[in-house]
Amino acid sequence: MSRIIGSEFFVLFLCLIAFAAFAPFTPGFVSTGNFENLLTACLPLLVLATGQTMVLITGGIDLSVTAIIGLSSVVGALVMGGEQGWLGGSPMAMPVAVAGMLATGALVGLFNGACIAWLRMPAFMVTLTTTMFFSGLAVWLAKKVVNAESIYHLPPAFLALGAQAWMALALAVFATFVAHVLLARTLLGRWLYAVGHNPRASLISGVPVAGVTVGAYVLSGIFAAMAAILLTARLETGSPNHGKALLLDVIGAAVIGGTSLFGGKGKVLWTVYGVLFLSLISNGLNLLNLSDFLITIIKGVVILVAALLDVWRTRFVRGS
Amino acid sequence: MDFTPNNAERPKTNQEPVVVFERIEKSFFGVKVLQGVSFGVGVGRIVGLVGENGAGKSTLMNLLGGNLQPDAGELRVNGHRYTPRNPKDARAAGIAFVHQELNLFSNLSIAENLFLTDFPLLGIGVPWIDRRALRSRAAELLRQVGLDHSPDTLVERLPAGERQLVEIAKALGAEARVILLDEPTTSLSSRECERLFALVTQLRDRGMALLYISHALGDVLRLCDDLVVLRDGERVGSGATKDFTHDRLVSMMVGRQLNQIYPERRAPIQTGSSESMASPDGGAVLQVDRISQPGIVRDLSFKLGAGEVLGISGLMGAGRSELARILFGLDPFASGEVRLSGELLTGSPRERIRRGLAFLTEDRRQEGLCMEASIADNLALVGLPANSRTPARFLDFTGIQSAVTRMREAVKLSAKATDGQAVRTLSGGNQQKVVLGKWLLMEPKVLLLDEPTRGIDVGAKFEIYQLIHQLADRGAGVLVISSEIEELMGICDRILVMRGGEITGEFRRDDFDRERILAAALHSSKA
Repeated sequence: MSRIIGSEFFVLFLCLIAFAAFAPFTPGFVSTGNFENLLTACLPLLVLATGQTMVLITGGIDLSVTAIIGLSSVVGALVMGGEQGWLGGSPMAMPVAVAGMLATGALVGLFNGACIAWLRMPAFMVTLTTTMFFSGLAVWLAKKVVNAESIYHLPPAFLALGAQAWMALALAVFATFVAHVLLARTLLGRWLYAVGHNPRASLISGVPVAGVTVGAYVLSGIFAAMAAILLTARLETGSPNHGKALLLDVIGAAVIGGTSLFGGKGKVLWTVYGVLFLSLISNGLNLLNLSDFLITIIKGVVILVAALLDVWRTRFVRGS
Repeated sequence: MDFTPNNAERPKTNQEPVVVFERIEKSFFGVKVLQGVSFGVGVGRIVGLVGENGAGKSTLMNLLGGNLQPDAGELRVNGHRYTPRNPKDARAAGIAFVHQELNLFSNLSIAENLFLTDFPLLGIGVPWIDRRALRSRAAELLRQVGLDHSPDTLVERLPAGERQLVEIAKALGAEARVILLDEPTTSLSSRECERLFALVTQLRDRGMALLYISHALGDVLRLCDDLVVLRDGERVGSGATKDFTHDRLVSMMVGRQLNQIYPERRAPIQTGSSESMASPDGGAVLQVDRISQPGIVRDLSFKLGAGEVLGISGLMGAGRSELARILFGLDPFASGEVRLSGELLTGSPRERIRRGLAFLTEDRRQEGLCMEASIADNLALVGLPANSRTPARFLDFTGIQSAVTRMREAVKLSAKATDGQAVRTLSGGNQQKVVLGKWLLMEPKVLLLDEPTRGIDVGAKFEIYQLIHQLADRGAGVLVISSEIEELMGICDRILVMRGGEITGEFRRDDFDRERILAAALHSSKA
C-alpha cells in the first residue's frame, strides 16, 4: 500500500481510476470533442501550477498569480486592442503586447520576491496583499483607459493562440518543458530545492539564497503572464477578471501532484499529473450535471486530502 | 507561605533524598550522553553539579524537567517514581527551574510573570483575574526574595540580577520544593551574585532542595553542601564539598579519556617557512587583526599558518562560535580586519567560499545539511557552481557524479549508504562526513570547524581527525573549535583559549596542559 502511495506515479494511477470511474456513467465523457475541451481548458492551469511549483519548492507560496493574470491581460489588451489600443492595428502590436505582458508578470514577481527575500516579509502576507493591489490596479487601468473592464478587438494573430488548440498546447508544453529543464538540469534549479530544504544551510554553503528566492517569484510571475496570454486569447478579451477562480486549483494541483508545501520537494511532472487529475474530476462532474457548488465542494475535499497527505508524509519522515 | 516540609511527605523516615536519579541512561542518535548516572538531592541541601561542556548536565536537567525521557533508570521525587512527560508535570511535582537565559516575559509586569500559569481568579464563575489578590500575593513573594519593587513594575525595567530573583520568586509562588539553578550567575555582577547566594542559602535553611549547576567552581565550592562531578555522561565523583578542592575538581572534570585515540600529528609546516603556500605574510593563510564586536568579541588577533591546525578552546558563551561566524561573513563585526592569503576578506559567505574559506558549523542539522535531501545533493551543493556551464548554467552531471564518488571515498562514508539516500537516515558520524566532504570538494585554503565531532562515535571521530590532518598537510589552515580539551590537545598544533570574547591563553603543542587550558577558560578566581 505504502509503495503505491509513495510511488511517483500514484497520482497518475488516480487519474486512470477517475477516468475508469467516469467513463461508463458520464454521457459524452469519452469523446474527441470532450478530450479537446478538457485539454484546452487545463492549459492555463498547467502553466500556472508549473510556475507555482517552483515557488513551492523554495518553501514559499505565490497567491498573487491571479492578480498577475488580470493585470497582464489588461496591459496586453491596452497595447494591442483594436480601438483604443496604444499600438492598435500596427503589425508590432502583438509582439510588443506579449513582451509587455511577460514583463508585467516579471515585475510583479520581482516586487513580491524583493519583499520576501530582502525585507524578510512572509510570502503569504506579501502575495496576499499584492493580489489586492494589482487586481485593483488592473481594474483601475482598464476603467481609466477604455472606461470599461473588458477590452475587445484584439488582433487576429493573437486570437489564433486561442482558436487553434495546437498553438495553445505548444505554448503550454513549451513553458512546462522549460520549467522542467530548469528544475532538473540547471544550477538555479538545484538551488531552488536547496533553499526549500534548508535556507540556512544553503546560505552557509554559498547559495545566494535571497537571489534564488527572488528568481522563483519572478519565474512564477512570468508563468502567470503566459497563462494570461492563453486566457486572453481564448476568451478574446482583455479583462482584470480572468483566472480569478483558479487560485485554489493552482496550489491544489501542485500539492495533489506531490509538491510539498514545506519546500524542497516537487517536480514539474508531478504537477502535470496533479493538473490532469483535478481537470478530469472537474470535467467529469460537470458532465454529470452536478452544480458548480457541489463540484467546488468535492474539489475542496480532494485538495484538503492532498494537503493532509503532505503533512503526514512530512511528519512521518521527519518525526522518525 | 510555609516552607517547612509537610511531615507526611517528608522522607525523613527512610532518609531518601527528595530527588533521586538512579542509573539514568540516555542516548542521542546512538551516542550515549548519560551512562548510568545516580545521585540525589536531599531536603535542606544545595547540591552542585559540575562538569565540562557536554558532560551531560543539560540532559539531566531536561530529564528532570520532562523535556526528555530517560532510556533506562528511574527518577524519584519524594520517594515516588517520577515520569514527567512535559514541563507541566515537573511543576506539579514541585520542581522549578531558574535558567541561564531567563524565561520571563519582559513586556509583562512582575506580578503577571509570577502567576502566568496560575492567575488568582475572582470566584464568580468566569475566568476574571483578581487583580488585588494578584498584587498582594506577588508583593509577598517579592518580599521573600528581598526585592522591593512594586509588583506592577515591568520586568524589562529590571537589571539581570533582579530578574534572576523574580525567577526564584516564581518558583516559590509555584510552591516548589526543589529548585534547579542553571548557570544563574553568568550575567550577574559580583554584588548581585552575593545577593543571590544569600537567598539560595536562606532557601536551603528553610528546607528546600537545590541543585546548582555552574562552571564557576569558586562559587560552587563556597555555596554548595555536596558536589557531583560529571564527565562524559558518567558520575566521576561525589561527596561533601569539604572533600573537594578547586584543583581536584578541575582534574576530575578533565579526567583522562582512555577511549579516545588520536592520529599521530606529523611535524606541522612551520609558520613563516611555508613554501607550499607562498603568501605575502610568511605562511599565514588567515590573519585576524583586532576584530571587535560589542558584547561578542573584543580585540581579537591571531594568525593561522598554512598547514597549521589551530584549536580554540573555551566554555560555551566564550565567543568561539561567534568568532567563526564573523570570519565566515554570517555575523557583522564593528572593527578590525580579516585577511585571507594576505588579501582583505569581505562579502557574503558565497564570496568567501569562492576565495577558499569553508565552514563546518556546530549545528549540523540546522546549518550543515539539508536533512531531507540526498547524500549526493548535499555533497555536491558547495561545488555546484564549479560544475555548471554558462550561459544557462546547465549542470555537468558527469562531473558532479565523479566528484560525489571521489568525496565519498575521501571521507570514507559508509559503503552501505546509497547516493540517493536522505542524509537524515545516516548516523551522526556519517552525516558529519557528508558535511566535511562537501567542503573538501572545493579544496579550501582555510577550513573553520565548529565542534566537528559533537555527537559522533569514536571510530568516526578518528577518521575526521585524519581528514583534518590530511587537509593541513596539503597546505590548508584549519581552525578547530571544540569544547573537548582532550580533542584539541590530540589534534592541534597550537591552542588558543577564549573567555568572554577575548583570548586568554595560547599554548603550543609541546606545552599543552589540560589543567592550565581549563583554568584559562574557566571563570574563576584561580584562572
